[in-house]
Amino acid sequence: MTEQTWQYRTPRHRLVLWVSWLCFVALCVFCWQVMTQDTIWYFVTDAPRQAADLGSRMIPPRWSYLEKLWLPLWDTLNIATLGTLLGVLFAIPVAFLAASNTTPSRLFVRPIALFIIVASRSINSLIWALLLVSIIGPGLLAGIIAIGLRSIGFVAKLLYEAIEETDTIQIEAITATGASRAQILNYAIVPQILPAFCGISVFRWDINIRESTILGLVGAGGIGVQLQASLNTLAWPQVTMIFIVILATVVISEWVSAKVRHAII
Amino acid sequence: MASPSNTAGDSGTASYPTRWTRPPVFIQRAWLRWGLSLLALIWFVLAIGTLDVNWVRVAEGLERGWRFIKGFLTPDFVTRWPDISKGLVESLTMTLTSTVAGVLLSVPVGIGAARNVAPKAVYYVCRSIIAVSRSLQEIIIAILFVTMFGFGPFAGFLTLSFATIGFLAKLLAEDIEDIDEKQMEAIKATGASWLQLINYGVQPQVMPRLIGLSLYRLDINFRESAVIGIVGAGGIGATLNTAIDRYEFDSAGAILLIIIAIVMLAEYSSGYVRRWVQ
Repeated sequence: MTEQTWQYRTPRHRLVLWVSWLCFVALCVFCWQVMTQDTIWYFVTDAPRQAADLGSRMIPPRWSYLEKLWLPLWDTLNIATLGTLLGVLFAIPVAFLAASNTTPSRLFVRPIALFIIVASRSINSLIWALLLVSIIGPGLLAGIIAIGLRSIGFVAKLLYEAIEETDTIQIEAITATGASRAQILNYAIVPQILPAFCGISVFRWDINIRESTILGLVGAGGIGVQLQASLNTLAWPQVTMIFIVILATVVISEWVSAKVRHAII
Repeated sequence: MASPSNTAGDSGTASYPTRWTRPPVFIQRAWLRWGLSLLALIWFVLAIGTLDVNWVRVAEGLERGWRFIKGFLTPDFVTRWPDISKGLVESLTMTLTSTVAGVLLSVPVGIGAARNVAPKAVYYVCRSIIAVSRSLQEIIIAILFVTMFGFGPFAGFLTLSFATIGFLAKLLAEDIEDIDEKQMEAIKATGASWLQLINYGVQPQVMPRLIGLSLYRLDINFRESAVIGIVGAGGIGATLNTAIDRYEFDSAGAILLIIIAIVMLAEYSSGYVRRWVQ
Protein backbone atom coordinates (compact mmCIF):
# COMPACT_ATOMS: atom_id res chain seq x y z
CA MET A 1 0.00 0.00 0.00
CA THR A 2 1.41 3.35 -1.02
CA GLU A 3 1.73 6.00 1.55
CA GLN A 4 -1.03 8.54 1.29
CA THR A 5 -0.26 12.17 1.94
CA TRP A 6 -2.92 14.37 3.40
CA GLN A 7 -4.43 16.82 0.97
CA TYR A 8 -6.76 19.68 1.69
CA ARG A 9 -9.21 19.01 -1.16
CA THR A 10 -10.59 15.97 -2.92
CA PRO A 11 -9.37 15.45 -6.52
CA ARG A 12 -12.81 16.30 -7.83
CA HIS A 13 -12.90 19.54 -5.88
CA ARG A 14 -9.43 20.43 -7.14
CA LEU A 15 -10.48 19.79 -10.73
CA VAL A 16 -13.54 22.02 -10.37
CA LEU A 17 -11.42 24.73 -8.81
CA TRP A 18 -8.81 24.50 -11.55
CA VAL A 19 -11.38 24.62 -14.35
CA SER A 20 -13.17 27.60 -12.84
CA TRP A 21 -9.87 29.47 -12.50
CA LEU A 22 -9.11 28.66 -16.13
CA CYS A 23 -12.51 29.97 -17.23
CA PHE A 24 -12.05 33.10 -15.15
CA VAL A 25 -8.64 33.87 -16.63
CA ALA A 26 -9.95 33.19 -20.13
CA LEU A 27 -12.83 35.56 -19.48
CA CYS A 28 -10.45 38.26 -18.28
CA VAL A 29 -8.22 37.88 -21.33
CA PHE A 30 -11.27 37.97 -23.60
CA CYS A 31 -12.56 41.12 -21.88
CA TRP A 32 -9.14 42.71 -22.22
CA GLN A 33 -9.12 41.93 -25.95
CA VAL A 34 -12.59 43.37 -26.46
CA MET A 35 -11.81 46.45 -24.41
CA THR A 36 -8.54 47.31 -26.09
CA GLN A 37 -9.47 46.56 -29.70
CA ASP A 38 -10.11 50.25 -30.40
CA THR A 39 -7.27 51.54 -28.27
CA ILE A 40 -4.70 53.53 -30.17
CA TRP A 41 -1.48 52.23 -28.65
CA TYR A 42 0.53 55.13 -29.96
CA PHE A 43 -1.27 57.40 -27.49
CA VAL A 44 -0.60 54.95 -24.67
CA THR A 45 3.12 54.64 -25.36
CA ASP A 46 3.17 58.40 -25.68
CA ALA A 47 1.72 58.79 -22.17
CA PRO A 48 4.93 59.46 -20.21
CA ARG A 49 5.77 62.36 -22.49
CA GLN A 50 2.19 63.63 -22.22
CA ALA A 51 2.33 63.28 -18.44
CA ALA A 52 5.56 65.27 -18.27
CA ASP A 53 4.06 67.89 -20.53
CA LEU A 54 0.91 68.06 -18.40
CA GLY A 55 2.99 68.32 -15.26
CA SER A 56 5.00 71.20 -16.64
CA ARG A 57 1.77 73.01 -17.54
CA MET A 58 0.06 72.36 -14.23
CA ILE A 59 2.90 73.52 -12.00
CA PRO A 60 2.98 76.03 -10.44
CA PRO A 61 -0.69 76.54 -9.54
CA ARG A 62 -2.09 80.02 -10.04
CA TRP A 63 -2.52 81.13 -6.45
CA SER A 64 -4.17 84.40 -7.40
CA TYR A 65 -7.09 82.40 -8.78
CA LEU A 66 -7.96 81.42 -5.22
CA GLU A 67 -9.97 84.58 -4.53
CA LYS A 68 -12.34 83.73 -7.36
CA LEU A 69 -12.97 80.32 -5.81
CA TRP A 70 -14.47 81.34 -2.45
CA LEU A 71 -17.99 81.90 -3.79
CA PRO A 72 -18.10 78.61 -5.76
CA LEU A 73 -16.77 76.87 -2.65
CA TRP A 74 -19.59 78.34 -0.55
CA ASP A 75 -22.03 77.16 -3.23
CA THR A 76 -20.47 73.69 -3.15
CA LEU A 77 -20.87 73.44 0.62
CA ASN A 78 -24.48 74.59 0.32
CA ILE A 79 -25.22 72.05 -2.39
CA ALA A 80 -23.84 69.27 -0.22
CA THR A 81 -25.57 70.35 2.99
CA LEU A 82 -28.95 71.29 1.53
CA GLY A 83 -28.84 68.17 -0.64
CA THR A 84 -28.16 66.03 2.43
CA LEU A 85 -31.07 67.66 4.26
CA LEU A 86 -33.36 67.01 1.31
CA GLY A 87 -32.20 63.43 0.98
CA VAL A 88 -32.57 62.72 4.70
CA LEU A 89 -36.04 64.26 4.73
CA PHE A 90 -37.23 61.81 2.08
CA ALA A 91 -35.13 58.91 3.32
CA ILE A 92 -36.85 58.75 6.72
CA PRO A 93 -40.33 57.76 5.46
CA VAL A 94 -38.81 55.45 2.84
CA ALA A 95 -36.75 53.71 5.52
CA PHE A 96 -39.79 53.19 7.76
CA LEU A 97 -41.75 51.83 4.81
CA ALA A 98 -38.88 49.50 3.87
CA ALA A 99 -38.10 48.07 7.31
CA SER A 100 -39.96 44.80 7.70
CA ASN A 101 -41.01 45.54 11.30
CA THR A 102 -42.52 48.96 10.62
CA THR A 103 -43.81 48.70 7.06
CA PRO A 104 -47.60 48.93 6.70
CA SER A 105 -47.67 46.20 4.07
CA ARG A 106 -44.93 43.68 3.47
CA LEU A 107 -46.41 42.62 0.15
CA PHE A 108 -47.07 45.92 -1.60
CA VAL A 109 -45.35 48.86 0.11
CA ARG A 110 -42.05 47.23 1.02
CA PRO A 111 -41.03 46.22 -2.54
CA ILE A 112 -41.80 49.74 -3.78
CA ALA A 113 -39.69 51.28 -1.02
CA LEU A 114 -36.88 48.82 -1.74
CA PHE A 115 -37.01 49.67 -5.45
CA ILE A 116 -36.75 53.39 -4.64
CA ILE A 117 -33.68 52.60 -2.55
CA VAL A 118 -32.03 50.50 -5.26
CA ALA A 119 -32.83 52.97 -8.05
CA SER A 120 -31.45 55.87 -6.07
CA ARG A 121 -28.35 53.97 -5.00
CA SER A 122 -27.37 52.53 -8.35
CA ILE A 123 -27.36 55.87 -10.19
CA ASN A 124 -24.44 58.13 -9.36
CA SER A 125 -25.17 61.71 -8.35
CA LEU A 126 -23.30 62.95 -11.43
CA ILE A 127 -25.82 61.14 -13.65
CA TRP A 128 -28.71 62.51 -11.61
CA ALA A 129 -27.16 65.96 -12.09
CA LEU A 130 -26.80 65.38 -15.84
CA LEU A 131 -30.49 64.56 -16.03
CA LEU A 132 -31.63 67.40 -13.82
CA VAL A 133 -29.53 69.97 -15.64
CA SER A 134 -31.24 69.01 -18.87
CA ILE A 135 -34.63 69.09 -17.17
CA ILE A 136 -34.59 72.18 -14.91
CA GLY A 137 -31.57 73.95 -16.33
CA PRO A 138 -28.06 74.48 -14.98
CA GLY A 139 -27.56 75.87 -11.50
CA LEU A 140 -27.42 75.09 -7.82
CA LEU A 141 -30.94 73.71 -7.63
CA ALA A 142 -30.13 70.86 -10.03
CA GLY A 143 -27.10 70.01 -7.89
CA ILE A 144 -29.06 70.06 -4.66
CA ILE A 145 -31.79 67.80 -6.03
CA ALA A 146 -29.20 65.46 -7.57
CA ILE A 147 -27.38 65.11 -4.25
CA GLY A 148 -30.71 64.65 -2.49
CA LEU A 149 -31.89 61.93 -4.86
CA ARG A 150 -28.64 60.01 -4.50
CA SER A 151 -28.68 60.37 -0.71
CA ILE A 152 -32.18 58.93 -0.30
CA GLY A 153 -31.07 55.40 -1.19
CA PHE A 154 -27.92 55.47 0.89
CA VAL A 155 -29.50 56.91 4.05
CA ALA A 156 -32.69 54.87 3.72
CA LYS A 157 -30.81 51.60 3.26
CA LEU A 158 -28.62 52.05 6.33
CA LEU A 159 -31.53 53.44 8.34
CA TYR A 160 -33.94 50.60 7.57
CA GLU A 161 -31.27 48.10 8.54
CA ALA A 162 -30.91 49.98 11.83
CA ILE A 163 -34.69 49.90 12.31
CA GLU A 164 -34.79 46.17 11.68
CA GLU A 165 -32.07 45.64 14.27
CA THR A 166 -33.93 47.47 17.05
CA ASP A 167 -34.45 45.72 20.35
CA THR A 168 -37.92 44.11 20.30
CA ILE A 169 -38.14 43.99 24.10
CA GLN A 170 -38.31 47.77 24.36
CA ILE A 171 -40.95 47.91 21.64
CA GLU A 172 -42.99 45.27 23.45
CA ALA A 173 -42.71 47.18 26.70
CA ILE A 174 -44.10 50.33 25.09
CA THR A 175 -46.79 48.31 23.31
CA ALA A 176 -47.82 46.78 26.64
CA THR A 177 -48.67 50.24 28.00
CA GLY A 178 -51.36 50.52 25.35
CA ALA A 179 -49.47 52.91 23.11
CA SER A 180 -50.69 53.64 19.61
CA ARG A 181 -48.55 52.86 16.56
CA ALA A 182 -47.32 56.44 16.37
CA GLN A 183 -46.43 56.40 20.06
CA ILE A 184 -44.53 53.13 19.62
CA LEU A 185 -42.53 54.76 16.84
CA ASN A 186 -41.88 57.86 18.91
CA TYR A 187 -40.95 56.25 22.23
CA ALA A 188 -39.63 52.79 21.34
CA ILE A 189 -38.04 52.95 17.91
CA VAL A 190 -36.85 56.53 17.45
CA PRO A 191 -34.66 56.65 20.59
CA GLN A 192 -32.99 53.41 19.51
CA ILE A 193 -32.13 54.52 15.99
CA LEU A 194 -31.34 58.17 16.68
CA PRO A 195 -27.55 57.75 17.16
CA ALA A 196 -27.32 55.56 14.06
CA PHE A 197 -29.40 58.05 12.12
CA CYS A 198 -27.18 61.00 13.03
CA GLY A 199 -24.05 59.00 12.26
CA ILE A 200 -25.40 58.00 8.85
CA SER A 201 -26.44 61.57 8.02
CA VAL A 202 -23.03 63.00 8.88
CA PHE A 203 -21.33 60.23 6.96
CA ARG A 204 -23.49 60.96 3.92
CA TRP A 205 -22.79 64.68 4.29
CA ASP A 206 -19.09 63.93 4.09
CA ILE A 207 -19.57 61.86 0.91
CA ASN A 208 -21.82 64.56 -0.53
CA ILE A 209 -19.15 67.25 -0.09
CA ARG A 210 -16.86 65.00 -2.10
CA GLU A 211 -19.44 64.51 -4.84
CA SER A 212 -20.69 68.09 -4.98
CA THR A 213 -17.21 69.34 -5.85
CA ILE A 214 -17.47 67.69 -9.27
CA LEU A 215 -21.17 68.18 -10.02
CA GLY A 216 -20.30 71.41 -11.80
CA LEU A 217 -18.66 69.42 -14.58
CA VAL A 218 -22.14 68.86 -15.99
CA GLY A 219 -23.35 72.33 -15.05
CA ALA A 220 -24.95 71.72 -11.67
CA GLY A 221 -23.19 74.56 -9.84
CA GLY A 222 -20.37 74.74 -7.34
CA ILE A 223 -16.65 74.67 -7.83
CA GLY A 224 -16.93 72.12 -10.64
CA VAL A 225 -18.23 74.85 -12.96
CA GLN A 226 -14.90 76.63 -12.58
CA LEU A 227 -13.13 73.33 -13.14
CA GLN A 228 -15.03 72.73 -16.36
CA ALA A 229 -14.35 76.27 -17.57
CA SER A 230 -10.64 75.97 -16.81
CA LEU A 231 -10.45 72.56 -18.50
CA ASN A 232 -12.17 73.87 -21.60
CA THR A 233 -9.75 76.78 -21.90
CA LEU A 234 -6.80 74.46 -21.07
CA ALA A 235 -5.89 76.74 -18.18
CA TRP A 236 -3.96 74.04 -16.34
CA PRO A 237 -2.51 76.24 -13.54
CA GLN A 238 -6.10 77.10 -12.58
CA VAL A 239 -7.05 73.42 -12.72
CA THR A 240 -4.25 72.63 -10.27
CA MET A 241 -5.47 75.38 -7.96
CA ILE A 242 -9.01 73.96 -8.07
CA PHE A 243 -7.69 70.45 -7.36
CA ILE A 244 -5.87 71.79 -4.31
CA VAL A 245 -9.02 73.51 -3.03
CA ILE A 246 -11.12 70.38 -3.62
CA LEU A 247 -8.56 68.21 -1.87
CA ALA A 248 -8.42 70.55 1.12
CA THR A 249 -12.22 70.67 1.36
CA VAL A 250 -12.49 66.91 1.20
CA VAL A 251 -9.84 66.38 3.87
CA ILE A 252 -11.42 68.96 6.20
CA SER A 253 -14.93 67.56 5.77
CA GLU A 254 -13.65 64.05 6.41
CA TRP A 255 -12.00 65.26 9.61
CA VAL A 256 -15.16 67.09 10.76
CA SER A 257 -17.37 64.10 10.04
CA ALA A 258 -15.02 61.73 11.86
CA LYS A 259 -15.00 64.07 14.90
CA VAL A 260 -18.78 64.44 14.94
CA ARG A 261 -19.41 60.73 14.51
CA HIS A 262 -16.94 60.00 17.26
CA ALA A 263 -18.79 62.42 19.55
CA ILE A 264 -22.21 60.93 18.73
CA ILE A 265 -21.54 57.22 18.87
CA MET B 1 -30.09 60.30 31.75
CA ALA B 2 -33.78 61.07 32.34
CA SER B 3 -34.20 64.17 34.41
CA PRO B 4 -37.73 64.20 35.81
CA SER B 5 -39.02 67.71 36.15
CA ASN B 6 -41.12 68.35 39.18
CA THR B 7 -44.17 70.41 38.62
CA ALA B 8 -45.33 72.47 41.51
CA GLY B 9 -48.42 70.60 42.56
CA ASP B 10 -50.08 69.65 45.80
CA SER B 11 -47.74 68.63 48.58
CA GLY B 12 -48.93 65.02 48.68
CA THR B 13 -47.40 64.04 45.38
CA ALA B 14 -44.52 66.51 45.46
CA SER B 15 -41.90 63.79 45.64
CA TYR B 16 -43.35 62.00 42.65
CA PRO B 17 -42.89 63.51 39.22
CA THR B 18 -46.16 63.90 37.43
CA ARG B 19 -44.68 65.01 34.13
CA TRP B 20 -41.93 63.57 32.03
CA THR B 21 -39.88 65.58 29.59
CA ARG B 22 -37.71 63.90 27.04
CA PRO B 23 -34.07 64.47 27.95
CA PRO B 24 -31.97 66.38 25.40
CA VAL B 25 -30.30 63.94 23.05
CA PHE B 26 -26.70 64.90 22.35
CA ILE B 27 -25.84 68.31 23.77
CA GLN B 28 -26.57 68.62 27.46
CA ARG B 29 -25.74 72.31 27.86
CA ALA B 30 -28.80 74.36 26.93
CA TRP B 31 -26.95 77.50 25.75
CA LEU B 32 -24.74 75.46 23.43
CA ARG B 33 -27.74 73.65 22.02
CA TRP B 34 -29.62 76.89 21.36
CA GLY B 35 -26.50 78.60 20.03
CA LEU B 36 -25.84 75.83 17.53
CA SER B 37 -29.48 75.79 16.46
CA LEU B 38 -29.35 79.55 15.92
CA LEU B 39 -26.15 79.25 13.86
CA ALA B 40 -27.74 76.51 11.79
CA LEU B 41 -30.78 78.71 11.21
CA ILE B 42 -28.62 81.68 10.13
CA TRP B 43 -26.68 79.43 7.77
CA PHE B 44 -29.91 78.03 6.35
CA VAL B 45 -31.34 81.51 5.64
CA LEU B 46 -28.05 82.62 4.04
CA ALA B 47 -27.81 79.45 1.96
CA ILE B 48 -31.37 79.75 0.69
CA GLY B 49 -30.74 83.45 0.06
CA THR B 50 -27.73 82.81 -2.17
CA LEU B 51 -29.45 80.01 -4.03
CA ASP B 52 -30.46 82.17 -7.01
CA VAL B 53 -32.86 79.90 -8.84
CA ASN B 54 -34.23 80.79 -12.25
CA TRP B 55 -37.83 79.78 -11.57
CA VAL B 56 -38.97 80.52 -15.11
CA ARG B 57 -36.45 78.02 -16.43
CA VAL B 58 -37.53 75.50 -13.80
CA ALA B 59 -41.18 75.90 -14.77
CA GLU B 60 -40.26 75.41 -18.41
CA GLY B 61 -38.34 72.30 -17.43
CA LEU B 62 -41.27 70.65 -15.68
CA GLU B 63 -42.70 69.61 -19.02
CA ARG B 64 -39.35 68.03 -19.92
CA GLY B 65 -39.27 66.36 -16.51
CA TRP B 66 -42.64 64.86 -17.24
CA ARG B 67 -41.30 63.61 -20.57
CA PHE B 68 -38.35 62.03 -18.76
CA ILE B 69 -40.67 60.20 -16.38
CA LYS B 70 -42.70 59.00 -19.36
CA GLY B 71 -39.48 57.97 -21.10
CA PHE B 72 -38.44 56.09 -17.97
CA LEU B 73 -41.77 54.23 -17.93
CA THR B 74 -41.72 53.49 -21.66
CA PRO B 75 -38.02 52.94 -22.30
CA ASP B 76 -36.79 52.69 -25.89
CA PHE B 77 -34.16 49.98 -26.12
CA VAL B 78 -34.33 49.62 -29.91
CA THR B 79 -33.49 52.91 -31.64
CA ARG B 80 -30.07 53.42 -30.10
CA TRP B 81 -29.34 49.76 -29.44
CA PRO B 82 -26.00 49.69 -31.36
CA ASP B 83 -24.72 52.62 -29.26
CA ILE B 84 -26.13 51.20 -26.04
CA SER B 85 -24.69 47.72 -26.57
CA LYS B 86 -21.29 49.15 -27.48
CA GLY B 87 -21.24 51.31 -24.36
CA LEU B 88 -22.43 48.41 -22.25
CA VAL B 89 -19.74 46.05 -23.58
CA GLU B 90 -17.11 48.71 -22.91
CA SER B 91 -18.42 49.27 -19.40
CA LEU B 92 -18.61 45.58 -18.51
CA THR B 93 -15.18 44.66 -19.91
CA MET B 94 -13.67 47.74 -18.29
CA THR B 95 -15.27 46.79 -14.96
CA LEU B 96 -13.97 43.22 -14.95
CA THR B 97 -10.44 43.91 -16.16
CA SER B 98 -9.96 46.91 -13.90
CA THR B 99 -11.25 45.04 -10.85
CA VAL B 100 -8.90 42.12 -11.53
CA ALA B 101 -5.94 44.43 -12.13
CA GLY B 102 -6.88 46.53 -9.11
CA VAL B 103 -7.14 43.50 -6.83
CA LEU B 104 -3.81 42.10 -8.07
CA LEU B 105 -2.12 45.45 -7.38
CA SER B 106 -3.85 46.12 -4.10
CA VAL B 107 -2.82 42.82 -2.49
CA PRO B 108 0.90 43.74 -2.27
CA VAL B 109 0.04 47.34 -1.36
CA GLY B 110 -2.38 46.13 1.29
CA ILE B 111 0.17 43.73 2.80
CA GLY B 112 2.73 46.53 2.74
CA ALA B 113 0.33 48.87 4.51
CA ALA B 114 -0.34 46.48 7.40
CA ARG B 115 1.71 47.51 10.41
CA ASN B 116 2.14 44.01 11.82
CA VAL B 117 3.70 42.36 8.76
CA ALA B 118 5.54 45.14 6.91
CA PRO B 119 8.69 47.06 7.83
CA LYS B 120 8.25 50.73 8.75
CA ALA B 121 9.62 52.19 5.50
CA VAL B 122 7.38 50.02 3.30
CA TYR B 123 4.45 50.80 5.57
CA TYR B 124 4.74 54.56 5.02
CA VAL B 125 5.18 54.22 1.24
CA CYS B 126 2.11 51.98 0.91
CA ARG B 127 0.01 54.14 3.22
CA SER B 128 0.79 57.21 1.12
CA ILE B 129 -0.15 55.36 -2.08
CA ILE B 130 -3.49 54.55 -0.45
CA ALA B 131 -3.99 58.11 0.77
CA VAL B 132 -3.36 59.57 -2.70
CA SER B 133 -5.65 57.08 -4.38
CA ARG B 134 -8.45 57.61 -1.88
CA SER B 135 -8.44 61.37 -1.72
CA LEU B 136 -8.72 61.89 -5.48
CA GLN B 137 -12.15 61.19 -6.92
CA GLU B 138 -12.52 58.83 -9.85
CA ILE B 139 -13.69 61.60 -12.12
CA ILE B 140 -10.63 63.77 -11.44
CA ILE B 141 -8.28 60.86 -12.08
CA ALA B 142 -10.26 60.12 -15.24
CA ILE B 143 -9.77 63.69 -16.48
CA LEU B 144 -6.01 63.40 -16.00
CA PHE B 145 -5.77 59.91 -17.52
CA VAL B 146 -7.86 60.88 -20.53
CA THR B 147 -5.44 63.75 -21.17
CA MET B 148 -2.47 61.41 -20.87
CA PHE B 149 -3.71 58.25 -22.57
CA GLY B 150 -6.29 59.55 -24.99
CA PHE B 151 -10.06 58.99 -25.07
CA GLY B 152 -11.56 55.54 -24.70
CA PRO B 153 -11.97 52.66 -22.28
CA PHE B 154 -8.23 52.24 -21.68
CA ALA B 155 -8.14 55.50 -19.70
CA GLY B 156 -11.23 54.28 -17.86
CA PHE B 157 -9.55 50.96 -17.11
CA LEU B 158 -6.55 52.76 -15.58
CA THR B 159 -8.79 55.09 -13.58
CA LEU B 160 -10.85 52.31 -12.06
CA SER B 161 -7.78 50.17 -11.32
CA PHE B 162 -6.16 53.10 -9.54
CA ALA B 163 -9.30 53.80 -7.53
CA THR B 164 -9.61 50.11 -6.64
CA ILE B 165 -6.14 50.12 -5.10
CA GLY B 166 -7.03 52.81 -2.59
CA PHE B 167 -10.28 51.18 -1.56
CA LEU B 168 -9.20 47.55 -1.40
CA ALA B 169 -5.67 48.01 -0.06
CA LYS B 170 -6.91 50.12 2.84
CA LEU B 171 -9.56 47.63 3.90
CA LEU B 172 -7.21 44.69 3.37
CA ALA B 173 -4.50 46.36 5.46
CA GLU B 174 -6.97 47.00 8.28
CA ASP B 175 -8.10 43.41 8.06
CA ILE B 176 -4.52 42.11 8.25
CA GLU B 177 -3.88 44.34 11.27
CA ASP B 178 -6.90 42.80 12.98
CA ILE B 179 -5.98 39.14 12.46
CA ASP B 180 -5.39 36.65 15.23
CA GLU B 181 -1.73 37.06 16.17
CA LYS B 182 -1.54 33.59 17.72
CA GLN B 183 -1.87 31.81 14.40
CA MET B 184 0.88 33.96 12.97
CA GLU B 185 3.12 33.23 15.94
CA ALA B 186 2.50 29.51 15.58
CA ILE B 187 3.59 29.62 11.94
CA LYS B 188 6.58 31.77 12.86
CA ALA B 189 7.59 29.27 15.54
CA THR B 190 7.95 26.54 12.91
CA GLY B 191 10.73 28.59 11.32
CA ALA B 192 8.69 29.82 8.37
CA SER B 193 10.05 32.47 6.06
CA TRP B 194 8.21 35.76 5.59
CA LEU B 195 6.49 34.52 2.43
CA GLN B 196 5.39 31.33 4.16
CA LEU B 197 4.16 33.41 7.06
CA ILE B 198 1.97 35.47 4.74
CA ASN B 199 0.80 32.37 2.88
CA TYR B 200 -0.07 30.19 5.89
CA GLY B 201 -0.53 32.65 8.75
CA VAL B 202 -2.26 35.62 7.16
CA GLN B 203 -3.87 34.59 3.89
CA PRO B 204 -6.33 32.00 5.27
CA GLN B 205 -7.62 34.54 7.79
CA VAL B 206 -8.27 37.38 5.35
CA MET B 207 -9.27 35.45 2.23
CA PRO B 208 -13.08 35.35 2.74
CA ARG B 209 -13.20 39.06 3.41
CA LEU B 210 -10.90 39.81 0.48
CA ILE B 211 -13.23 37.94 -1.87
CA GLY B 212 -16.25 39.73 -0.45
CA LEU B 213 -14.59 43.12 -0.82
CA SER B 214 -13.48 42.35 -4.39
CA LEU B 215 -17.05 41.51 -5.35
CA TYR B 216 -18.26 44.69 -3.70
CA ARG B 217 -15.63 46.66 -5.60
CA LEU B 218 -16.76 45.00 -8.86
CA ASP B 219 -20.18 46.42 -8.14
CA ILE B 220 -18.77 49.90 -7.38
CA ASN B 221 -16.56 49.84 -10.47
CA PHE B 222 -19.53 49.13 -12.69
CA ARG B 223 -21.40 52.07 -11.21
CA GLU B 224 -18.36 54.30 -11.60
CA SER B 225 -17.82 53.11 -15.17
CA ALA B 226 -21.19 54.64 -15.95
CA VAL B 227 -19.90 58.00 -14.74
CA ILE B 228 -16.38 58.39 -16.05
CA GLY B 229 -17.68 58.17 -19.62
CA ILE B 230 -18.93 61.73 -19.12
CA VAL B 231 -15.34 63.01 -19.25
CA GLY B 232 -14.42 60.74 -22.16
CA ALA B 233 -13.14 57.58 -20.49
CA GLY B 234 -15.40 55.20 -22.40
CA GLY B 235 -18.29 53.08 -21.24
CA ILE B 236 -22.04 53.50 -20.98
CA GLY B 237 -21.68 56.98 -19.46
CA ALA B 238 -20.72 58.46 -22.82
CA THR B 239 -23.82 56.93 -24.45
CA LEU B 240 -25.99 58.20 -21.63
CA ASN B 241 -24.49 61.66 -21.88
CA THR B 242 -25.23 61.77 -25.62
CA ALA B 243 -28.78 60.53 -25.11
CA ILE B 244 -29.50 63.19 -22.49
CA ASP B 245 -27.86 65.92 -24.58
CA ARG B 246 -30.17 65.04 -27.46
CA TYR B 247 -33.16 65.08 -25.07
CA GLU B 248 -33.83 61.44 -26.01
CA PHE B 249 -35.30 60.62 -22.64
CA ASP B 250 -36.70 57.24 -23.69
CA SER B 251 -33.22 56.00 -24.66
CA ALA B 252 -31.77 57.55 -21.48
CA GLY B 253 -34.48 55.79 -19.46
CA ALA B 254 -33.56 52.50 -21.12
CA ILE B 255 -29.88 52.98 -20.23
CA LEU B 256 -30.71 53.87 -16.63
CA LEU B 257 -32.96 50.81 -16.32
CA ILE B 258 -30.15 48.61 -17.67
CA ILE B 259 -27.72 50.10 -15.13
CA ILE B 260 -30.19 49.55 -12.28
CA ALA B 261 -30.85 45.97 -13.41
CA ILE B 262 -27.15 45.11 -13.63
CA VAL B 263 -26.44 46.65 -10.23
CA MET B 264 -29.31 44.70 -8.67
CA LEU B 265 -28.11 41.50 -10.34
CA ALA B 266 -24.56 42.10 -9.11
CA GLU B 267 -25.79 42.74 -5.58
CA TYR B 268 -27.87 39.56 -5.41
CA SER B 269 -25.25 37.34 -7.03
CA SER B 270 -22.43 38.74 -4.89
CA GLY B 271 -24.43 37.88 -1.79
CA TYR B 272 -24.85 34.36 -3.15
CA VAL B 273 -21.14 34.00 -4.04
CA ARG B 274 -20.08 35.29 -0.64
CA ARG B 275 -22.22 32.70 1.14
CA TRP B 276 -20.80 30.01 -1.12
CA VAL B 277 -17.19 31.05 -0.44
CA GLN B 278 -17.48 31.17 3.34
